[in-house]
Amino acid sequence: MSAPLLTSVLVANRGEIACRVMRTARALGLTTVAVHSATDRDARHCREADICVDLGGSKAADSYLKIDKIIAAAKASGAQAIHPGYGFLSENAGFARAIEAAGLIFLGPPASAVDAMGSKSAAKALMEVAGVPLVPGYHGEDQDLETFRLAAERIGYPVLLKATAGGGGKGMKVVEDVAQLAEALASAQREALSSFGDARMLVEKYLLKPRHVEIQIFADQQGNCLYLNERDCSIQRRHQKVVEEAPAPGLSVEQRQAMGESAVRAALAIGYVGAGTVEFLLDARGEFFFMEMNTRLQVEHPVTEAITGLDLVAWQIRVARGEALPISQAQVPLNGHAIEVRLYAEDPSHDFLPQTGRLEVYRESAAGPGRRVDSGVSEGDEVSPFYDPMLGKLIAWGEDREQARLRLLAMLDEFAIGGLKTNLGFLRRIIGHPAFAAAELDTGFIPRFEEQLLPASEPLPAAFWSAGAQAFNLSEQPRVRADDPAAPWSAHNGFRSGLPAQTLLALTCNGEQQVIHLSANTATLRDEQLVIEQDGVRRQHLAIRRADALYLRWNNELHCVRLHDPISAVDASHTAQGGLTAPMNGSIVRVLVEVGQTVEAGAQLVVMEAMKMEHSLRAPHAGVIKALFFQEGEMVSEGSALVELE
Amino acid sequence: MSILQTTINPRSAEFGLNRDAMLKQVEALHTLLAQVQQGGGVKAQERHTSRGKLLPRERIDRLLDSGSPFLELSQLAAYNVYGEDVPAAGIIAGIGRIEGVECMIVANDATVKGGSYYPLTVKKHLRAQTIAEQNRLPCIYLVDSGGANLPRQDEVFPDREHFGRIFFNQANMSAAGIPQIAVVMGSCTAGGAYVPAMADEAIMVRQQATIFLAGPPLVKAATGEVVSAEDLGGADVHCKISGVADHYAESDEHALALARRSVANLNWRKLGQLQQRTPLAPLYDTDELYGIVPADAKQPFDVREVIARLVDGSVFDEFKALFGTTLVCGFAHLHGYPVAILANNGILFAEAAQKGAHFIELACQRGIPLVFLQNITGFMVGQKYEAGGIAKHGAKLVTAVACAKVPKFTVIIGGSFGAGNYGMCGRAYDPRFLWMWPNARIGVMGAEQAAGVLVQVKREQAERNGLGFTAREESEIKQPILDQYEHQGHPYYSSARLWDDGVIDPAQTRDVLALGLSAALNAPVEATRFGVFRM
Repeated sequence: MSAPLLTSVLVANRGEIACRVMRTARALGLTTVAVHSATDRDARHCREADICVDLGGSKAADSYLKIDKIIAAAKASGAQAIHPGYGFLSENAGFARAIEAAGLIFLGPPASAVDAMGSKSAAKALMEVAGVPLVPGYHGEDQDLETFRLAAERIGYPVLLKATAGGGGKGMKVVEDVAQLAEALASAQREALSSFGDARMLVEKYLLKPRHVEIQIFADQQGNCLYLNERDCSIQRRHQKVVEEAPAPGLSVEQRQAMGESAVRAALAIGYVGAGTVEFLLDARGEFFFMEMNTRLQVEHPVTEAITGLDLVAWQIRVARGEALPISQAQVPLNGHAIEVRLYAEDPSHDFLPQTGRLEVYRESAAGPGRRVDSGVSEGDEVSPFYDPMLGKLIAWGEDREQARLRLLAMLDEFAIGGLKTNLGFLRRIIGHPAFAAAELDTGFIPRFEEQLLPASEPLPAAFWSAGAQAFNLSEQPRVRADDPAAPWSAHNGFRSGLPAQTLLALTCNGEQQVIHLSANTATLRDEQLVIEQDGVRRQHLAIRRADALYLRWNNELHCVRLHDPISAVDASHTAQGGLTAPMNGSIVRVLVEVGQTVEAGAQLVVMEAMKMEHSLRAPHAGVIKALFFQEGEMVSEGSALVELE
Repeated sequence: MSILQTTINPRSAEFGLNRDAMLKQVEALHTLLAQVQQGGGVKAQERHTSRGKLLPRERIDRLLDSGSPFLELSQLAAYNVYGEDVPAAGIIAGIGRIEGVECMIVANDATVKGGSYYPLTVKKHLRAQTIAEQNRLPCIYLVDSGGANLPRQDEVFPDREHFGRIFFNQANMSAAGIPQIAVVMGSCTAGGAYVPAMADEAIMVRQQATIFLAGPPLVKAATGEVVSAEDLGGADVHCKISGVADHYAESDEHALALARRSVANLNWRKLGQLQQRTPLAPLYDTDELYGIVPADAKQPFDVREVIARLVDGSVFDEFKALFGTTLVCGFAHLHGYPVAILANNGILFAEAAQKGAHFIELACQRGIPLVFLQNITGFMVGQKYEAGGIAKHGAKLVTAVACAKVPKFTVIIGGSFGAGNYGMCGRAYDPRFLWMWPNARIGVMGAEQAAGVLVQVKREQAERNGLGFTAREESEIKQPILDQYEHQGHPYYSSARLWDDGVIDPAQTRDVLALGLSAALNAPVEATRFGVFRM
């Protein structure tokens, strides 16, 4: 069999995975082609590609999900192969088929394998035949409420509703009892429909204290299949993985082998080729159940790369060229330990609401041995409301788990992001948590330690304000007048005649305000480090000035300090009265009330969707709906008034 | 370019003695200024802030660009004048940057006698306005005052330089294109009501500010109408109904932000142009100024040692260095601004006076600001000098000083006596600013000389009447004069009465002059036309 020509690859994705795939492609000497929506025209994955093709549109459905446009882009750019990344069309069999039909190479499994695993119900039936252990559940075609009610009753509450076509936590709901079933089912179906274009659901037993352990498999066209060890992805928030590590702590060699072989059986059963992941639930007794198979490269593949020293994207390309896997199962390395965290633009203190806006400050941790950052953004980039708000991943490798953990903590401490909120602090608290250090992992980790992981915000301490004021003052640019350029008035020295220098700063940070009277500076600003000496100990704090904002790192969080503007504060307090506003950019999914309707406090008024997640707007108090400003389906921007409630 | 060489040895015993003597006076000044800064005291301040009002100095700090210098004026106004404490005469005045514009800020201190206007309060307010007018500085009035001090109405109300002049100045400054902005943050009654009413823009704080020609008690007395202060002249009335005020503020801080916004919208341009250089620090430490002036005022010192610690790079290009040497004249840069300096190095002789007049002509021809460093006991006296025409030569210098239209700055670093005060641009010669060092002394003549003259007169009287004149009688006449001259010649006495714009720490002289120079550049540098020089 002659190897197909593969000198140029198009990545049908965006963000960090597009950058990551192109990195390997470039290293292998391939030409890289990026596709992008109109919004992403200047995104990092475009900047790093050799060739860019505009797909138009903003929403995923108008851009990254447009199969015909992507194939046309490949043709136009001369790419022979398409890498789908993860998400978007990565598990769309129609896409794989269309690529094949166009005479191009799909850097993924055969469409038939995608099909086989694409429907979770069908996949489970297949797995049952292949002898892979399954969790009890209902995977049928009937989708009416009654069927689900009966199935849930048979399985026993709590149960988990999942989108048949889904993945990544979208369209997934835990149901504790029958009373919640109807609403949960409807909401999950809506999410599934909007995310995957398929509303079908399945229901399963919701296991208690389970661990999420998955096996990375790799198969070639010659019928060889390897398992490249496991990953433990138990640290999840609402079924979204937050921390992933490899190997799974405490997993015995026998368990690894049993799960690995089970996974290989699953792959072989569907004629799999390329990189894939078989996800299992591992219960406290060491029993494991098949959950699903992801027929793509996973977000968390870098931890496997870290402990095996392999480049999975390179393998994908080699396998697509028809090469056989270069090693045998016995030769699969397992060296040290690796941990990955997912960095998101989201606000952990507000229910992880996705954040949009400009990355005014974006500093990655320094490079170094055992450190890896896969990211898709740079300083100055905009995070738009149209796509997943993941910014990147931090991966640390160590000779053992503790070394990897400490290295990751150091990386998190070095990372600095300003301009929008992120989960950096949340990640740091997880990785720094004693229970995580002790590897007490299960999918209930985050809810169990919620109080420590999401502490109530405390007022900023006086030392912070003092440091912030000094850094702000020291970083002020002289206000130079063209008509008197050398004026001594431009100095920010707080000069007073016959009295100590005095500088007043009315500052605002995190919604708090503080008036600081600076007399003498006790700190110095060297480049971007504020050096504070106290009791003979000098400490440095990152302090970055961006126009009228100062970003100061304090206790591992980057805080944005600005001058308080009393005029806009008063204006805002006037406009805030009465209107209920959109918490972010997004679209209106449902309007649940009518004008004139009386509502109770806490009643759902409007459901918005942003970044693939639904958010409800609820009545802050009882009242009558005076006006509705948007209809279902309309796009709204952050701060737009949606409902007037009296 | 000539760099001044110093002959001062900061390690010498003499320097140490001088320094200790000066530092004692500087520390006393700092202590006094810190005390004045406390306004009406803790209790009055607590009463003030408990109403949600900011203290006047905090108001100013918030009004200024953060970190802006504040060149406060006449901090010692009314010090030891009224037999009761009226710190800073109950009004804070000074120049600071707001939105990049140097503004004159005049703030009533309601913690001092309710912010009422004593005679010196009026004088200080008018002086601030004069500075604003001469230097073309936008004025911001932070109004919080009960109005005229009623028991002293004869000293504050009727005369040319009394209360009414405040509004006269507002109108004329406004006419001259100098913005007048009033922020009413407390009461503003009767005549005071014209401060916002005459302003170009007025801001009022809700539930705090009131403006009315007559307060509720007077209204009741006059017409029987019973009305609350808020309903009579609060922010709601004036911003929504009467239109007396333009901007409605929710709080002091909001009002101050609105005032900043008004300044930001002035489209302000400075009209004075000088050929500026990049500022350079002097070669010598300004703190060494403390040890240069001898502890004994009778001992001479070389004023070039002072100049060397004020000007950029200690570079001083002297004019007529070999002629009339008791007046040192020369060009230099101060914080990048060209300046023409006249400094005393002894008594003024005819040659020195002619040289000074010539040098002032040069400065005015070239549009260079003048800096006078005063340490002068007077013009030389005696038959020889009168015959040599010292009067007409002195008059040349006085004419030149009086007519010079370039910005003039005077610092009294030692004595300021007699006609020397005139020739060296004393208060009457309209320097843009006049400051005194704490060691300075001012008077029509020295205490000894004055006592000597009076003793001489008394003795002659006694002798004409055929009476004797004992040493005891001499001492009885002399001592009170010495005491009086020492008391009245002190810079605090001067500053309390607004004969100067403030007593400054010598080490801050360069900063203060630089700020003054820059502030002066808001006004165009005008051409000078001199009067007749008697030849």
